[in-house]
Amino acid sequence: MLLTFALWAYVAGMAGALVLQRAERLANVLGFGLAALGGVCGVVFSVSSLAAGRAVTIAPVTLWSGPIPDVRLVVEADALSCFFVLIVSLVGLAISVFSLGYARTYYGRKNVGVLAAVFNALLLVTTLVFIAGNLWMFLIAWELMALLAYGMVSFEHEDREARQAGVLYFIMSHLDAACILLGFLMLAQAAGDFSFASLRGIGAKLSPQQRDAAFMLFVIGFGIKAGAVPLHIWLPVAHPVAPSNISALMSGVLIKTGIYGLVRVCFEFLGPPPMWWGASLLAAGTVSAVLGVLYALMEHDLKRLLAYHSIENIGIILMGIGAALMFLHTGHAVLASLALIAGLYHTINHAVFKALLFLGAGAVLHATHTRNMEEMGGLAKRMRWTSLFFLVGAVAISALPPLNGFVSEWLTYQSLLQGFGTTTSLVRLMFPLGGAMLALTGALAAACFVKAFGITFLAQPRSDHARNAHEASLPVLIGQGVLTAACVFLGLFPTAFLKLLDPLTQQLTGHQLSQQLTLANGLVLSDATAQGGTVSTLGITLMAVYLLPVPLALWAMFGRKARTRIAPTWDCGQRGLTPQMEYTATGFSKPLRMIFKALFRPRREVQREYDFSPYFATTLRFESHMEEVFQTRFYRPVNLWLLRLSRRLRALQAGSLQAYLIYVFITLVALLLFAS
Amino acid sequence: MSVHDTLLNRLKRGCETMAYPKGPAPALPDRHGGALKVEAAKCDASCSACVTVCPTEAIARPAGKPVALDLGRCIFCAECVTVCPTKAITQSNDHRMAVRQREDLVLGDTGKEQVRLAQALDEKLRRLFGRSLKLRQVSAAGCNACEADTNVLGTIGWDLGRFGIQFVASPRHADGLLITGPVSKNMELALKKTYIALPEPRIVIALGACAIAGGPFIGHPQHHNGASGLVPVDLFIPGCPPHPLTILDGLLRLLDRLGESDARR
Amino acid sequence: MNLDPLNFLGQTLALLLLAPLLSGCIKNWKAKLQNRRGPRPWQVYFDIAKFLRKDMVISEHASWVFSFAPYVVFLTALLAGLMVPMINAPAPLRLFGGVLAVVGLLALGRFFLALGGLDPASAFGGMGSSREMTISAIAEPAMMLAIFTVAITAGSTDLSQIAQSTQSATWKLLNPAHVLAFAAMFVVLLAETGRIPVDNPATHLELTMIHEAMLLEYSGRYLAFMEWGASIKQLVLMTLLVNVFFPVGLAGPQASVAALGISLAAYLAKLLALSAVVVVVETTNAKMRLFRVPDLLSTAFVLAALALLSTFLFQ
Repeated sequence: MLLTFALWAYVAGMAGALVLQRAERLANVLGFGLAALGGVCGVVFSVSSLAAGRAVTIAPVTLWSGPIPDVRLVVEADALSCFFVLIVSLVGLAISVFSLGYARTYYGRKNVGVLAAVFNALLLVTTLVFIAGNLWMFLIAWELMALLAYGMVSFEHEDREARQAGVLYFIMSHLDAACILLGFLMLAQAAGDFSFASLRGIGAKLSPQQRDAAFMLFVIGFGIKAGAVPLHIWLPVAHPVAPSNISALMSGVLIKTGIYGLVRVCFEFLGPPPMWWGASLLAAGTVSAVLGVLYALMEHDLKRLLAYHSIENIGIILMGIGAALMFLHTGHAVLASLALIAGLYHTINHAVFKALLFLGAGAVLHATHTRNMEEMGGLAKRMRWTSLFFLVGAVAISALPPLNGFVSEWLTYQSLLQGFGTTTSLVRLMFPLGGAMLALTGALAAACFVKAFGITFLAQPRSDHARNAHEASLPVLIGQGVLTAACVFLGLFPTAFLKLLDPLTQQLTGHQLSQQLTLANGLVLSDATAQGGTVSTLGITLMAVYLLPVPLALWAMFGRKARTRIAPTWDCGQRGLTPQMEYTATGFSKPLRMIFKALFRPRREVQREYDFSPYFATTLRFESHMEEVFQTRFYRPVNLWLLRLSRRLRALQAGSLQAYLIYVFITLVALLLFAS
Repeated sequence: MSVHDTLLNRLKRGCETMAYPKGPAPALPDRHGGALKVEAAKCDASCSACVTVCPTEAIARPAGKPVALDLGRCIFCAECVTVCPTKAITQSNDHRMAVRQREDLVLGDTGKEQVRLAQALDEKLRRLFGRSLKLRQVSAAGCNACEADTNVLGTIGWDLGRFGIQFVASPRHADGLLITGPVSKNMELALKKTYIALPEPRIVIALGACAIAGGPFIGHPQHHNGASGLVPVDLFIPGCPPHPLTILDGLLRLLDRLGESDARR
Repeated sequence: MNLDPLNFLGQTLALLLLAPLLSGCIKNWKAKLQNRRGPRPWQVYFDIAKFLRKDMVISEHASWVFSFAPYVVFLTALLAGLMVPMINAPAPLRLFGGVLAVVGLLALGRFFLALGGLDPASAFGGMGSSREMTISAIAEPAMMLAIFTVAITAGSTDLSQIAQSTQSATWKLLNPAHVLAFAAMFVVLLAETGRIPVDNPATHLELTMIHEAMLLEYSGRYLAFMEWGASIKQLVLMTLLVNVFFPVGLAGPQASVAALGISLAAYLAKLLALSAVVVVVETTNAKMRLFRVPDLLSTAFVLAALALLSTFLFQ
């Protein structure tokens, strides 16, 4: 049993790393080595069971039965579980290999054994979330995941920023757990049982209002975990401060548990969805995508920039899922499968390229000792492989052909376009408008990654650290290489991968699409009436190779004798360029900051001191701020209101025993009245 | 005037670019003299009126030779023409003055009464630049007179673009350097850097008396006496400033675009 | 996937050869409207041939990305062009991607162009990259929405199919959705090809330019590929406009030689007509301040949204 083996590998890795925490080298190799082994097993397990087209891979197994009836820990794995296990295992594998090298940077500074143990534990509980077969298992694994992640966010607790981020993460993840718990309790009450099997389709037994309430609770709960706007505020704070390998795991995999939960609940538990569910998810996805990328553009902290992009990509995933729910409502099951595939394809794509980018950021962070892009630059010459891997990730996340981001966004576009014909109500305008916003998102993401790659890796180094940077160690490169290969594979061979999704759509929407979606080596979308469109990333790549002789022949024909000379960059005849003269990350995004100033509300202060003329300043101080709209307009008022309410409630705490006894009495009477 | 009227008016006016070089060259204005000519045989050995009257010391009486007029240093004030009692120095209204070699601008010897007009570039460069030449202008402390006359070439009457000659922003895109001004010490680095920034093969054009020899600033400690001490110059276009026609003639002569008979005299 | 070799070869050659000529024609006509004689229409060929033969000077700060970019820019433009029907309806690479792939490929080229601008550590290049990415980011939604409008009408993102459906019996040219979408696309064309009022292709002042600023450090062969790629991209976008919105005379599959000839003539006539419009717009407008450009492009977006709305109303 491969999955069992994988889970035991994580357990062994966790235990081994803890036992050996004194011998950090051994703890590193054992902990992350076993995690990698578990990853391999998980990948083989999930790919083989998805490829075999099995709907149910593991029938419900009770791991532990409690003393009280119904308190059991049950695991089961169906196609949906397998798909997410594939994500966690694949990404976990690459990060483990990366960590073998990366953890060395913590030698003598931090407890590497604990890092490796928590990493294994995270992989373990995340896998358990995906294969949970009843509520107990799910909620316990969910809570453990949040706690362990909290530990990792505040791993570098000497840093005030990390401690604050940890607290925010802790609060938000408990808010989400509370919402999910409430939602599940509503369902479980109707089912009279806690097992997922009995929850399937349970929504039909609830009244529409109850269903809507449960849906809202789940959207808030899973939305917080996934980081959808406006529930995202913890994400850009918490992800960057964790060690880079953990950041990669959090952004690549952990937030996907929110997507998993939404899909599981909306497609299996809540029953036939009304139109507004899907529409609101589509709208939330669109808003998340656009706002996520806009905020990312304004960042010059490399890891925060990547964290904001997670919000954007979660938005794109939600667009697919929202559209799928809308199609389920209108009864277009095939289209629903298409939109769902688009969302899920983007889920694994985002896991792969975001983890890749975070690992690249980690390698850069280690080499330059900063997360601030304004102090980087020139790394493409010093870290050739890292720059190549990061560039692949950047092209992929910008949804540019021929890589994987393009494929999943192509599917999203197609499902949105086809959606226009599914209904005659005004709602259908949401589809093309959503598509246009997706285009805006893609173009802004490209702008953002031109900035991220260009400022970080190109031009002159902007600091001594960047100037003395050196290439990362071999395991670090291999870890990134694995994910780069995954990006290329998922980009060039979507047909191979789509076959794996067949059991999944069969399970959720009752349709298999791979036959309809695939051609010999490309994607084709067609139904009886019209051909939707075709694309072949492999074909494009091959054609690029075929056409490459054109420029090469031109070179050979005309420029045989042309030589190449290295010279200083053209500086208009000045005394040479210094790194200060380069475009900065802040400068790069300034036009967009101006265009979207209604959102960012930029503010700047310039103080100039001068002796005789303002044109010859002796000192110059420049400060620029942007208002964090969600914090100031939403969270801070709520926070203040909560504080005011608590202050009022403090009157109850009189400090006298008699008063408390009266409270107890009143509560008891109230409860008795309520129960009768 | 509305856009509509503007367009109609433009269309009515038609092409206003001069016919030259296919047609005849426009005559130089009366106030703008053309090339000088020195007939040393006519010179009175005892007279040195031209030497003293020349403001830029362009005229000398070297040992063994009657007179030598350096057109590269000449600012075309034509005082020498006025003072010469024997009419040994005369001014024509010929606009053609550009030369390939610095010494071709020195007039006076037998057989060197007039400027030896520029030969075209060699076969290889002519094939490369003949139909497409991009120039980068460097004003090395120029007074803006040469620059302004170069600018005239871009106006609709002259339209330098029709020959495939164009001024570009980046030296990386340029095939040639067009230098004006005496090259002050402050501009030395900029000039050298621009030259280095040009991809090979590249040509250099020195435009005006300053860029050729320093002009009125000759011998000044803050100046370099023109560009030729710093970069190899391929074409000298004398004048202070040269008439646009002179510049155009020089450029087309270099590219062999004037028609066979005219260029190969 | 079946690939008609003749179609493929023919369109590749047409893209390679026609693109510089079209750029040259536009330059010539612009000069003509300024009462000049102007550079010859085939001047761009001479420029490209010369740059191919010249040596290259590469910045000491540039990395491998700098040398990689010209090839990407050139090849993506060419590939995108092979997906757009030029003179007969199934474009050679039709099955390799429709309009989404065309937009994606052009964006890939732009991505590398912008990186190439940043690589040599020159402030101009960074400025050009920043502005190019900004302008394209706000142009892209308008473009997508305009294309969606026709794609929805045709029920496909396949350009050949869109063209054929526009061409078919139902005469849709005067459909308000169509006209509005065309207007939106025309504004996007001006922005994407770096034309007045968005950018000035002829400017020599570093501070006013966008596209040229990114190319400042390129020389020789690389510059030739960059310029050529830019002109191919322009041809592709113009072909997209004329053949998707006015597919008059576009030959279908298995067309006879005569039909292909008529199609070619119609295509060239349409292309020249569109160029003439571009020339008139360029001659009669002033370049906008950078921060006025978003207004123009959001107008395009609104036009496209109206086009979509009218699809909704009139269908």
